[in-house]
Amino acid sequence: MKTVKVGLGTCGISAGGEKVYKAFQEELKEHPNAFVLKETGCIGMCYSEVLIEIENGADSSVFYGEVTPERVGEIVEKTILSDDTIEDWLAVKKDNTKNFLENQTRIVLRNCGIIDPGSIDEYIEKGGYEGAKKALTTMTPDDVIQDVIKSGLKGRGGGGFPTGVKWNFTKGAKGDQKYIICNADEGDPGAFMDRSVLEGDPNAVLEGMIIAGYAIGADASYIYCRAEYPKAIARLRQAIAQAKKKNFLGDNIFGTDFSFNIKIKEGAGAFVCGEETALIASIEGKRGMPKFRPPFPAISGLWGKPTNINNVETFANVPWIILKGGDAYAAYGTDDSKGTKVFAMAGKVKRTGLVEVPMGCSINEIIFDVCDGIVDDKKFKAVQMGGPSGGCIPADQCDVKIDYKEINKTGAIMGSGGMVVMDETTCMVDVAKFFLSFTQDESCGKCTFCRIGTKRMLEILERITIGEGTMEDLDNLEELSGQIKNASLCGLGQTAPNPVLTTMKYFKDEYIAHIQDKKCPAHVCSAILEYTINDACTGCTICAKACPTDAILGDKKELHIIEQDKCIKCGKCFTVCRFDAVVKD
Amino acid sequence: MSQQQSDNFKPFNVDLWKYDGQEGALIPLLQSAQDTYGYISEKAIDYIAHITGIPAADIYGVVTFYAQFRTKPLGKYVVKVCNGTACHVNGAKPIGDTITDELSISYDETSDDGNFTLLSVACIGCCSLAPVILINDETYGRLTSPKLRKILRQYKRKVKEEK
Ligand SMILES: Cc1cc2nc3c(=O)[nH]c(=O)nc-3n(C[C@H](O)[C@H](O)[C@H](O)COP(=O)(O)O)c2cc1C
Ligand code: FES
Repeated sequence: MKTVKVGLGTCGISAGGEKVYKAFQEELKEHPNAFVLKETGCIGMCYSEVLIEIENGADSSVFYGEVTPERVGEIVEKTILSDDTIEDWLAVKKDNTKNFLENQTRIVLRNCGIIDPGSIDEYIEKGGYEGAKKALTTMTPDDVIQDVIKSGLKGRGGGGFPTGVKWNFTKGAKGDQKYIICNADEGDPGAFMDRSVLEGDPNAVLEGMIIAGYAIGADASYIYCRAEYPKAIARLRQAIAQAKKKNFLGDNIFGTDFSFNIKIKEGAGAFVCGEETALIASIEGKRGMPKFRPPFPAISGLWGKPTNINNVETFANVPWIILKGGDAYAAYGTDDSKGTKVFAMAGKVKRTGLVEVPMGCSINEIIFDVCDGIVDDKKFKAVQMGGPSGGCIPADQCDVKIDYKEINKTGAIMGSGGMVVMDETTCMVDVAKFFLSFTQDESCGKCTFCRIGTKRMLEILERITIGEGTMEDLDNLEELSGQIKNASLCGLGQTAPNPVLTTMKYFKDEYIAHIQDKKCPAHVCSAILEYTINDACTGCTICAKACPTDAILGDKKELHIIEQDKCIKCGKCFTVCRFDAVVKD
Repeated sequence: MSQQQSDNFKPFNVDLWKYDGQEGALIPLLQSAQDTYGYISEKAIDYIAHITGIPAADIYGVVTFYAQFRTKPLGKYVVKVCNGTACHVNGAKPIGDTITDELSISYDETSDDGNFTLLSVACIGCCSLAPVILINDETYGRLTSPKLRKILRQYKRKVKEEK
């Protein structure tokens, strides 16, 4: 019998996945037992949501993309009741050599979009909890740590600290009570890897935490998940309840004397709470302000006890490593960086979504081979990696390998895996301003340079984007950047200037165009553009009425014109026009 | 609690906020207060201060630190504009401008009739549909100004009809 799987991650739901699921339910009433209906997480092809998979036996399946409830009837008729494939609706067209999934290596995402995340049995069927069983029943805590060290796994939350080494510190720390914390705060405003893993394969994260708890000798743990991820939190609750029933959580797991419990804490919307010491303060119920390190959480963390914090993706790697061995993991990647990395692809790339590639693959390969290049085949300009802490890498350097050291050399960072692709229509000064206004807003205010310095930088950038910058501003930006980096306590301030520094390094000409020519080469910064009206104008007079300076002339039903010397470039006419007749240049 | 005091706190569902004396309970308490009442009122702060023994000023400090907590009630329809990186690059700013123009409210404001509130959020996780907005729980993606105006006008009509 055929199985229909509907992708119901957040991306699938936003695109209307639940309506598609309901339509299949209706079809089931009409054709009882014609197929089995299941839900699954995000397989990563967010660009073609709503995505469904029709599985016919173990090794034959078709994917349909951009499914709407209206299409469901035909799909049932043709593909399920008879065996016809509807070529036009395939998510991966047969003649497309750049196959999205085949060009990836999936360890973290091994089950995402494949199993039903609401069923622990499906996870177990795929070898789930075998890693935990192996660790608890056949290995000592030191064996586990040695294997993780051997795998070369580094923290995927952004810092890139070797995971096994961190576990060893916490194991060695003195304390009667120790904690494990899973960092699921995912604050980078353009990243959604952790969310997809939590929604698509929550048990993998729980299993990783159990193994970590065993290795360091912790019996209690927290998952700190941002409240903006209600679906992920619901999935985690469900998975924890099921794991308790199976005795993968609770007392005497696998009949050993090891006990382990997991609690969920919901974040409350503060980017800085992704920083480990702020996160701990937040779990303790306080304002999420970072603390000075040392002491590191490994020595004195949650309620002063030794605490090991890792990121969602870090934990999701662990069961695979224990089951297959550290060597198998280290076989992927480069000398410095082992294994795979998940990236959230967004921006001007054709295939937005999640990809997992081995370390050592180049950025160009990800963008052009896996993700099929730039939307509308426009000119590729740069990628931004690492979110507000990261930086921009220009197109001509995108043959750089995915490797912690190599990426650092460009001035950007690996970060947690957000990759925003930008084309010729993206203004780099505007991007720098965007990230800086984010960090400025999210600065907790503890350090003066972070609080006030970022504000001053933002003011300068704002000045530049409205054409009132001076060349001296560029020097000031650089000087302030250095001071903020040096005088901030936590990573937020220390990295906040990075987007500005990297765009100034690689795209100085764009800054200069804004300052000297009062022009925005990408036509983004509205205050220095020229507005004109083209012949799509119907003479509806809406723009003339909206114009605060009466700069728009024209009779009813006649083409309107903008008097340039009166125009204050507020962009109102552009916003109100319903015929796309106002052009910015 | 004296009789008078407990009357003061009547509108609150006391059972909802089981305070087990555990450390770290403050944020979950505030979250359930907001879930129930839509925002954190001064009364709620006083009540939580009362049951936990944490000074009201400290609680206020926590409330204002986190973006999730609101100290004012929301409109009937909450319009959230995603200003995450992908949406920004794909034109979230004109989307916000259009809403301000159509509904006459700026970010963090509620319309005088209490029908609409405009908020800015960072990445709601459907970057592939950027630019994206949420109206209550409904997502609208791949927006353009004209498309958005149509949607907003539908809501305005709805509001009128509901009256
Ligand atoms: C401002 C700031 C925000 C951070 N946000 C996150 C986050 O959202 N998720 C995360 O896993 N780590 C985040 N980190 C890194 C954590 O402090 C910590 O290094 C990480 O959780 C450790 O786990 P790992 O070793 O598995 O990467 C952030 C750090 C800083 C300075
Ligand atoms: S940036 Fe808007 S949904 Fe991700």
